[in-house]
Amino acid sequence: MNSGPQEQESKVMVANSRFFNRSELIGFVTLALLLIVILPLALDIFRLNLVAKYLTYAFVAIGLVLCWGFGGILSLGQGVFFGLGGYCMAMYLKLEASSVENTKIQSTPGIPDFMDWNQITQLPLFWKPFHSFPFTLAAIILVPAFFALIIGAAMFKRRVGGVYFAIITQAIAAILTILIVGQQGYTGGINGITDLRTLHGWDIRTDHAKLILYFVEVVLLFGCILLAQFIRLTKLGRILVAMREQEDRVRFSGYSVANFKIFAFCAAAVFAAIGGALFTLEVGFMSPSFVGIVPSIEMVIYTAVGGRLSIFGAVYGTLLVNFAKTSLSETFPQLWLFGLGALFIAVVLAFPAGLAGIWADYVQPRIDRMFASRRPKSGNGWTGSSVADGAPAE
Amino acid sequence: MFGEYSIGDLGSIFVMQGFAGLILFSVYVLMALGLAIIFGQMGVINMAHGEFMILGAYVTWMTSNAFQHFAPMLFPVYFFVAMTLAFIASGSLGMLVEWALIRHLYKRPLDTLLATWGLSLILQQAYRSVFGAREVGVELPDWMMGSWQATDSIQIPINGMFVMALTTLITIVVAYVLFWSRWGRQVRAVVQNRVMAGAVGINTEKVDRYTFGLGCGIAGIAGSAFTMIGSTGPTAGQLYIVDTFLVVVFGGAASLLGTIASAFTISQTQSTLEFFLSGSMAKVITLLAIVAILMMRPQGLFALKVRK
Repeated sequence: MNSGPQEQESKVMVANSRFFNRSELIGFVTLALLLIVILPLALDIFRLNLVAKYLTYAFVAIGLVLCWGFGGILSLGQGVFFGLGGYCMAMYLKLEASSVENTKIQSTPGIPDFMDWNQITQLPLFWKPFHSFPFTLAAIILVPAFFALIIGAAMFKRRVGGVYFAIITQAIAAILTILIVGQQGYTGGINGITDLRTLHGWDIRTDHAKLILYFVEVVLLFGCILLAQFIRLTKLGRILVAMREQEDRVRFSGYSVANFKIFAFCAAAVFAAIGGALFTLEVGFMSPSFVGIVPSIEMVIYTAVGGRLSIFGAVYGTLLVNFAKTSLSETFPQLWLFGLGALFIAVVLAFPAGLAGIWADYVQPRIDRMFASRRPKSGNGWTGSSVADGAPAE
Repeated sequence: MFGEYSIGDLGSIFVMQGFAGLILFSVYVLMALGLAIIFGQMGVINMAHGEFMILGAYVTWMTSNAFQHFAPMLFPVYFFVAMTLAFIASGSLGMLVEWALIRHLYKRPLDTLLATWGLSLILQQAYRSVFGAREVGVELPDWMMGSWQATDSIQIPINGMFVMALTTLITIVVAYVLFWSRWGRQVRAVVQNRVMAGAVGINTEKVDRYTFGLGCGIAGIAGSAFTMIGSTGPTAGQLYIVDTFLVVVFGGAASLLGTIASAFTISQTQSTLEFFLSGSMAKVITLLAIVAILMMRPQGLFALKVRK
């Protein structure tokens, strides 16, 4: 049972001499068709906006594939980075929405409404730079990366890993939520930052804007997929996998294990932050309910359902779990938690490699056989890509 | 921040907040004891630990209702029956879970985390369906109400003292069972070297199951004690799970003494800070301090010296 993901991994890893092998190319094209052509044509703008919301989680899931699937570092605090990215974007949008003309009725015009409600009369210092759009864009990437760097450096340099790392990241998610909720005057408290209107003067609430944002998001998503695939194929990606399997051996070979782990963790954090920033744009608000323990662990389940070793799987897993969540909680609200809980257990017990594993074990061989049967068979009956590629002979 | 209080006032504040901290300490210890056995000894991360605790709380609530209806004269002592029932209920559910779920995952600790999280979601929803989403509170018998007037300005609630006495007793029992009984020796042998323990004739599967059951049973007792100082809702367990894990990790996972010491430090810091700051900031500062200390000293306060 334990060998599930690793076995599948070895099949995937060995076949990579090109950027995409055949099945990955098919996966890439299928996903592109689905997201760029089929979904925008088939769904109305409301449903498409829902898909856009789900896809923001897919960024987090791709980051988790890198960090957890390949690197073996389970972070239960991805909501922190999702939230940091989202809050950076929300702060910019909020400042734009609370210009002096828009907030004439407040006792202090020109500051966000929730600050006015909390008797704050001056814009806090850390809000001020968010008047600038370029600064905001930089902050969305750099703030979470820096935060992840500090956490990662403090933990991995001292060889804290595995379970301890998971628990501490979870605690950090809890701390940040309590902090945001508690400091209502500076953060908007439990309601978060709401009533966002324009991005650089462009109204983000119209249907047209939502459509454009969706396509921007899909392009960014494919950018992240390609980047993740690139990281996976470089030496760095291979060292990550080696480290997951035999950390000491990698260390004794002279690699600085901690630095590779820090990199993977930071990359995952940046992906999550991009997702968070897009979430704010798509949905129009940001609140601590996307930062805490529960959302963070739900993001892990998206990755686990999709397949923790598969970048495409992470995207499909995110979409599927979220569709299931929306439709189940719309019709049978009580069943949803039972379903989600059962999904966790089933994925862990029966399908450790997730959807991607099921695909690789049951669907892919059939497709391969279909292709293979049309080709003339070579001498002893081996298909072209079995033993030569190092796949286990059956 | 101390300016407006006199020295005498401050003394009373520290004593009373200290005592409030001791009650929090008792709950932490009871929850963390079960977790320290499961996580520290077996290496299994049980995210559903809070839900086992809540099960104990609901069992206590049902027992109290049953006694009120059917045997009102025995009501003053219902709590002892309830505690036993809570231990049995949580313990047997724990053993069932170990058999169905955990035993397949001993080699994959991160996956136990995900699976038990799924279990906790299912249990929460089950509590919500069965007992309703509203919080329930038990009625305390008369002798547990009221408080003891130590001096003019210091009052100590009796139910708090009872919870503390209970905690002390259970800690002693657990320490005895783990460190001096034959079964405890078997548990520790299995933890240290599973294969060798099996080779000398210890039934490791059985030991695992009972260890997990014991940890969950203690969580049930913790829940039972919890009803005396607060009300119980379906998601109350989740509020405590992160704190409890931090208590165990901060203390040094495999050390019972460390768990107790860290529960003491954390609860005292938090309740003393709570008086001067808002509740949320007190919690943030306490948790941040723990995380910072853990980053500097990842093995926790009391680390066992093990050759690896």
